[in-house]
Amino acid sequence: MSKSIPPLITSSTVDKQQRISFLKHMLMAREFDLAMQRLNRQGRAFGGVYSQTGNEATSVGSASALGPNDVLFPMHRNIGGHFVFGQELDVLMKAFLAREGSLMRGTDGTGHYADPQKRIYGNISHLGAMIPVAAGFTMASKLRGEMCVAMTYIGDGGSQTGEFHEAMNFASVQKLPLILIIENNQYAYSSPNSIEFACERLSDRALGYGCHGITIDGTDVELVYETCMDAVNRARNGEGPTIIETITMRMRGHAEHDDFSYVPKEQLAHWQLMDPVDRYIEHCIAKKVLKKSEIDSMRESIIQDMRNAIDAVIDLPFPPAEEAFRNVFMD
Amino acid sequence: MPVMTYLEAIADALRIEMRMDESVFMIGEDIGTYGGAFKLTKGFLDEFGNKRIIDAPISEAAIIGAAIGASLNGMRPVVEMQFMDFITCGFNQLVNVAGTTAYRWGIGVPMVVRGPAGGGVGANPFHSRNSEAWFVQATGLKVVCPSSPADAKGLMTASIRDNNPVVFFEHKGLYRKIKEEVPEGEYIIPLGKARTVCEGKDASIICYGSAVHMAVEVAERMKKEGVSIEVIDIRTLVPFDEEAVIASARKTNRVLITHEATLTGGFAGEISARITEKAFNSLDAPVKRVAAFDSPTPFAPTLEKAMLPNADIIEQELRELLLY
Repeated sequence: MSKSIPPLITSSTVDKQQRISFLKHMLMAREFDLAMQRLNRQGRAFGGVYSQTGNEATSVGSASALGPNDVLFPMHRNIGGHFVFGQELDVLMKAFLAREGSLMRGTDGTGHYADPQKRIYGNISHLGAMIPVAAGFTMASKLRGEMCVAMTYIGDGGSQTGEFHEAMNFASVQKLPLILIIENNQYAYSSPNSIEFACERLSDRALGYGCHGITIDGTDVELVYETCMDAVNRARNGEGPTIIETITMRMRGHAEHDDFSYVPKEQLAHWQLMDPVDRYIEHCIAKKVLKKSEIDSMRESIIQDMRNAIDAVIDLPFPPAEEAFRNVFMD
Repeated sequence: MPVMTYLEAIADALRIEMRMDESVFMIGEDIGTYGGAFKLTKGFLDEFGNKRIIDAPISEAAIIGAAIGASLNGMRPVVEMQFMDFITCGFNQLVNVAGTTAYRWGIGVPMVVRGPAGGGVGANPFHSRNSEAWFVQATGLKVVCPSSPADAKGLMTASIRDNNPVVFFEHKGLYRKIKEEVPEGEYIIPLGKARTVCEGKDASIICYGSAVHMAVEVAERMKKEGVSIEVIDIRTLVPFDEEAVIASARKTNRVLITHEATLTGGFAGEISARITEKAFNSLDAPVKRVAAFDSPTPFAPTLEKAMLPNADIIEQELRELLLY
């Protein structure tokens, strides 16, 4: 493991407004995460609470490369993408806390919801399952002569599923506009990469499928954005899918019940210095995108928004029990 | 009315729906140029082109998953499993993604996964299975098992137009074995409506798929002795026409249930339980079941014949039922 901290890039494809938007969405992702952790400790959130701390640059940078006709199939550590796609905080809180008004009516939780108007289709718990689904979504557009790029995600663990392989091969054969981000955050639950795979770079698999593949620093939001823009452009040109491996670190346990004592302290200390949010704040100050005071007040207002959303949702009732018996089938 | 085989009737329904609805397309292995392993889609590629008849790699999970994604994006895919046995390779997609989407998202996933199932043709354990009961318990999936050409056509039309995922079990042994008059043009049979194949008063045989033909043969044999047997083809397992089955049980007071699938955990158990719960007072004898022996479907003809149910076994069990 390299101990050097690479400087963040300043992408020529990014303007000031985009930088502000990257920063804002990364801060929202981080603060949403912290809010969920607090709710979990207070016993007010139940089920799995999956921290995405460390993943902000990957989820925000990638989703920001998509256009209004594209579609996002996020995974459980991609809350940043939901914000990029304009999802409202109270919609997320109702979903995560399974309160009345949840888009899932309490039948499921976390980010598993779908919101077709916002062009977000959540995941299921079975890793890799949504990759073929995302591929098929783009295929339907293609059949109608339309263009819709799908971006979806998987981890260093989920990359070992059969559906990953089948879907990427299928998408490559069909030259579908699909982008798969592999968030290599070093651990699949408690399993380090050495248990999960033997290849050097997970993006090397692209060679086997006949699609594009690249491995990048997943903590640099502008690098992630720029790389994803290249992939989006290729996809729109009919050049098929891209696999982008983003190297990151899962800074907490698999979920909040997990004390992640299996992660060496020095590894966490190194990645703490690589923090995508802290480094981008410094970067924006250095590049005179925003002053420190402006960033502080942006963060304060985000924190207040989180509090307001929690206050608005936490006392809502759970959905009525009758919901359990509805919608097994659609009419 | 034109006379069609079971296979031709299914192809007819697919062709008519594809002509009428641009959102219907097909995906599967060897369905295009080759026309499918059983030639069910012969000529489809020429008529509909390679955008709507998609030859896919041997990746059942990707095929079913891509169909789900296409369905979420406004299409009505029809997936061919080359053999229904291979549906196991796409099980996760079908059960965990397709089967839960309406419940979790309130979004319908109109799609049909269809293909040849069933034994009796000297295939092997991996080309002969009757796995319909697995999908009954999966929740969120409709399960269709047609027994006749006309039913196969009408039920296929209904399955394509349904807003939910439908698993459609075609019996490969029936593909070219049976022919009958099939209504021309658009023809729909609603899912969840059983068919009274023949009326009777002395006992009922409840069945579906290939077992319907065995049941009818037994009913004809019994008729010669003056015994009147009612044969009810439930046609679809989900939704299940409980009303028709209970009515028949109340009418004849003796019920035998038969299917080609294995006995334990098979759908006959569910039907039997419903009859016992709702028509116990009408029964003159315990409900009987005739199904396959609880094993994989063996290869050699002697073994396979021994393992699967047949008309002789049904007749023997029915005679015991009548004497009880």
